Amino acid sequence: MRLPRNHPIPWTLVCFLTPVILWLFLLIVLPHIDLLLMSLRREDATGATSWSIANYLLFFKEPIYWLTFVRTAIYSIIVTFLTFVIALPVAFYITKVAAFRFQGFLTMLLLLPFWVSELVRVYGWMILLRESGIVNHFLLRFGILERPVEMLYNDATMVMGLVYTSMLFMVIPLISVLENLDDSLIEAAYDLGGTMWSIVFRIIIPHAVPGIVAGSIVVFMLTLGNYLTPNLLGGKNSLWFTEQIYNQFIASFNWNQGSAFGFLLLVLSSLVVWAGLKLSGQKLSRVMK
Amino acid sequence: MIRTLPNSPAYTLGFKFYVILYFSFLFAPLLVTCILAFNDSQFPALPWKGFTLDWFFANEPDRVGIFHDQINLTSIWVSARVAFFVTILSTLVGTCGAFLFEQEEFRFKQALYFLMITPLVIPGVILGISILIFSNTLGVFFEESLGLDVRLFGPGFWLVVLGQFSFISTLVTLIVSARLKKFDRTLEEAALNLGANRFEVIWHITLKFLSPAIISGAAIAFLMSFENFNTTLFLVGPEATLPINLYLQVRDGSTPVINAISFLLIVCTSTVAVINLTLSRKQR
Repeated sequence: MRLPRNHPIPWTLVCFLTPVILWLFLLIVLPHIDLLLMSLRREDATGATSWSIANYLLFFKEPIYWLTFVRTAIYSIIVTFLTFVIALPVAFYITKVAAFRFQGFLTMLLLLPFWVSELVRVYGWMILLRESGIVNHFLLRFGILERPVEMLYNDATMVMGLVYTSMLFMVIPLISVLENLDDSLIEAAYDLGGTMWSIVFRIIIPHAVPGIVAGSIVVFMLTLGNYLTPNLLGGKNSLWFTEQIYNQFIASFNWNQGSAFGFLLLVLSSLVVWAGLKLSGQKLSRVMK
Repeated sequence: MIRTLPNSPAYTLGFKFYVILYFSFLFAPLLVTCILAFNDSQFPALPWKGFTLDWFFANEPDRVGIFHDQINLTSIWVSARVAFFVTILSTLVGTCGAFLFEQEEFRFKQALYFLMITPLVIPGVILGISILIFSNTLGVFFEESLGLDVRLFGPGFWLVVLGQFSFISTLVTLIVSARLKKFDRTLEEAALNLGANRFEVIWHITLKFLSPAIISGAAIAFLMSFENFNTTLFLVGPEATLPINLYLQVRDGSTPVINAISFLLIVCTSTVAVINLTLSRKQR
């Protein structure tokens, strides 16, 4: 860009722009281009590499790969939906039902567990639910069970763990949209004879759409990309797609195949984010506020 | 339905019960983890065999408390160093980002803003592998064309720092931007009229105003970095960070030492979190 002679160089712009450009291009743009290029190459027996779409073909040829992919996507949708169903009443309670003096306290209480490492939280669930765990201990003591049951390593526990892990990212956006919902709308509906369900579905949920979209996008993305929770709570049968990526990278050392998987996961997650924004007519920059 | 409307007792009671259930669900795993850190037993399980501080302080052959457990102490130190550098880097760059998007005008600003948000919607695992691949590509390039063997490009300490920095900067940018939006720009104009240059204005006035948000952003950056797992998993070298190290131990069975570490983590992070939340509430 050539500047006119009497135009001073915008030094502050240069100072602020340079680090941001370096950050975004060196750590975000170029690595992801490299990921795509890597996924389009294949190494033959001699170690020479060539361009090929074989990595993607293998994904579609081997049922274990695409089934895991579809399974991960479907479970992520289920987790997102469950998180929403559980979180909505809590957000509603805190913003509209609880006494004002408890509001701040309850919100803080809500946030606290999520400052703690995900690993610690998952570990807590493992101590609770495993065969020698706390829940089994009490069930045995009260005579509800004859012998301990292994409650870990199944899909239900894995889904529960994923819901737990991502709960915060649904509750907080819901609280912030419901705070802006005018109480008089609900009062008016009530005075006009609206039932609880009609108020929920025709006033509260339509008003909360921006929060629902923001929460769902983040929860879906985090669930899809989660490795820790499926791995520790789902065990060997968890068949989560991030584990396939990990196996290709670390166990098989097949970076080309792993990149193809990674890129497919990225495409899926971006597609869902995009579809969520399109369906609700919103912009990413506004949702992420 | 809401405070101002008449509610049936069943509704109020039922709702209260649901919320109590929800909070028990939130806190049960953390409480249990903390309590079992003090159980005098070789396994983190019930029955309760009495109170002990062995899992913190003991140094016997069959019981090594966390303060004598070299592997875990080392990994805590690694995590602390990683978090330190991530905090410095992301606070600097994040503050620059906030100024850039709030106060500067330039072409493609919208596109760059969009790009700045994207790290939040890229799964951490993908960020990890793409940075791993790219640094490997750079490493190969430097070795083949210049004959330099640059250690920096292999998995290890600095790659972990960069990987975490890549998305934590976005968070800091958003936090600092939120406060910068509320800044009254006539204060800057006044300072400029009184003869200050742009940098003096930023240094003496705008940064002073931003300091609570910058501190809060730095605290969040530190915590996020300290407990990051997904991105770190692919970038980690021989020096394991605490979450990676804990993961390896949890996967292969567990001892109450893990509970003791968890207890310390929960206490420290909650303290930082409560301080941070109270301060940011006061700001408003």
